[in-house]
Amino acid sequence: MTTLLKETLKHSSIYLPTPARITAVKDLTALEKLFTIELPSGFSLNHRPGQFVQISVLGVGEAPISISSSPSRSNGSFEVCVRRVGSVTNAMHALKPGAMLGLRGPFGRGFPVERFRGKDILFVPGGLGLAPLRSLINEVLDERGKYGRVIILYGTRTPADILFRDEIAQWQQRTDIEFHMTVDRPDESWTGNVGVITTLFPKIQIHPRNMVAVVVGPPVMYRFVLMELLGKGIAEGNIWFSFERHMKCGVGKCGHCQMHHIYTCQDGPSFSYAEIKHLEEAL
Amino acid sequence: MSFKIMPKAALPDWVTWLKNRYRVVGPTARQGQYVFAEIASPDELVLDYPTSVLPPKKYLLPQRETLFTFDAQSMQMKANIEWEPTVILGVHTCDMHAIRLLDKVHATGYTDQHYQAHRQHTTLVSIECLSPCMEHSFCKSMGTLTVPEDYDLHLTDLGDSYGVDVGSEKGEALLQGFTAIWDPTSEDYQRINKVMAEKWPRFSYRLNFDVTELPDLLALSNNSSLWNELGDICLGCGQCTKVCPTCYCFDVRDEVDLSLTKGERTRTWDSCQIDRFATVAGGHNFRSTRALRNRHRFMRKGKYHLEAYGLIGCVGCGRCAAACLVHITPVDTFNELYRRHKKGELLEEAKQA
Repeated sequence: MTTLLKETLKHSSIYLPTPARITAVKDLTALEKLFTIELPSGFSLNHRPGQFVQISVLGVGEAPISISSSPSRSNGSFEVCVRRVGSVTNAMHALKPGAMLGLRGPFGRGFPVERFRGKDILFVPGGLGLAPLRSLINEVLDERGKYGRVIILYGTRTPADILFRDEIAQWQQRTDIEFHMTVDRPDESWTGNVGVITTLFPKIQIHPRNMVAVVVGPPVMYRFVLMELLGKGIAEGNIWFSFERHMKCGVGKCGHCQMHHIYTCQDGPSFSYAEIKHLEEAL
Repeated sequence: MSFKIMPKAALPDWVTWLKNRYRVVGPTARQGQYVFAEIASPDELVLDYPTSVLPPKKYLLPQRETLFTFDAQSMQMKANIEWEPTVILGVHTCDMHAIRLLDKVHATGYTDQHYQAHRQHTTLVSIECLSPCMEHSFCKSMGTLTVPEDYDLHLTDLGDSYGVDVGSEKGEALLQGFTAIWDPTSEDYQRINKVMAEKWPRFSYRLNFDVTELPDLLALSNNSSLWNELGDICLGCGQCTKVCPTCYCFDVRDEVDLSLTKGERTRTWDSCQIDRFATVAGGHNFRSTRALRNRHRFMRKGKYHLEAYGLIGCVGCGRCAAACLVHITPVDTFNELYRRHKKGELLEEAKQA
């Protein structure tokens, strides 16, 4: 058994991908699809929640995509949730099961899961932020006993943007998960909460001393959620984000993802607020 | 390692001797300017040149480089690691400092094998600058006025001969078997001491403060209105980064041939001054204004690189100042920040932010 990263490092070029195969494609919304990607026989991904892979559609290009499945559910194959938004992701959406991709990684620093053990965990995914966060949520749920309360506050723009509906239905039924969701703009069928994600905070009780919050969403969301969390007294080192940045190489060379002196692809994309609060351009 | 003397009359023979063993690159005159190019015959080489349009970086990080070739149908992929045994002659000491930084960047974290292959097969012959090369250079201020420790061969013009410092085994190999080279006499030592002693006063400090204060000055400057002023006049053309010896950012793209299945993935120089450099696929631009992009460039040169790699990111070559169509220069920028700092304006602006 070798890992994809060991294989990537064995290559004579760090930029050379390893071939992999799409085994399943599932429509999640009009814009997002869930791809199951199979590694070559004998390979494992061995990632940490919060890491990403560089996915190539040869002839089109390469893009950084966060891993959506948890490590325990990524043996030999893993999942990525991809929004059709650029050239590579549009090309991916045209692919059917059996199609081949190129893979490098996993790269970046994931969430420090060990440090979350024994604590209450507040997940705050906004929109497509659920895609990377699902890896961590399922990691925590797979080993539920190691953590305190599990709270998920999920917000999307409209009901049509809701990802992973089957899983959400399960989360809603479980008594060991406190799940709340909201949409910014409801449709006729929507009977749930309406409003931005911060409107969900009054619904939950927070004991800040023992809480870790993990927030992943669009750039505009971070400041508002952060204000809420700091206001509740959660320690700066226990508030975690995952940052989206333009990336070309994934290995700290191309310069696109740099913020301050940090390469997001190397030192992130997961950061605690304590780590980035002094960095210009971070939030 | 050792110090030798090479009569200037022997230089053409040495270049010819090198050409039989290596690709030899050096400064050559082209249309009134100087460019690093492959030396076809020794008389093309101009060791006493002011500055070059582009730094010799292009031989370590080509403007366009194939990373790998592929066949999208069969998923065959083959890494393309290119190198050619190369000697670069006449590298100024600012560019030597820049290469030292590039070495560090490409070996930190994941190793960039493409850069490394070029670099391992390149031997650098640097030359001591005895007088300022142009109005925009400020090497004395940046501490790059003389060669960094890790050189291969370093030349000093002694009039009718060159003093040759041998700094590495790679450098030594360039002299092995070449006979027109001499051990120095005590007179030669006196001469090189005299030449060096006379050199320092010819250069002046152009920053109004010590370079060690630059990172702290920039740390105070995040909210300075100067960035908006620069953004207002900057054309966003990216020339400054194209000519910079320490810039290494790149774009990656796939190019396919007419079969539409075979192709190559290439990287080309990119610039943080171009508007979409930090734009993610969804459209959000993390440095959406020229002001922010100017700030990023100067922060990178004067502060970020020091924090990330332990070396300051500007070597004072002055090329960006010479290339800028609207006369944005690092000397003026840093001095202006310093002036505003002395007047308390930076702190005031930081407080208001």
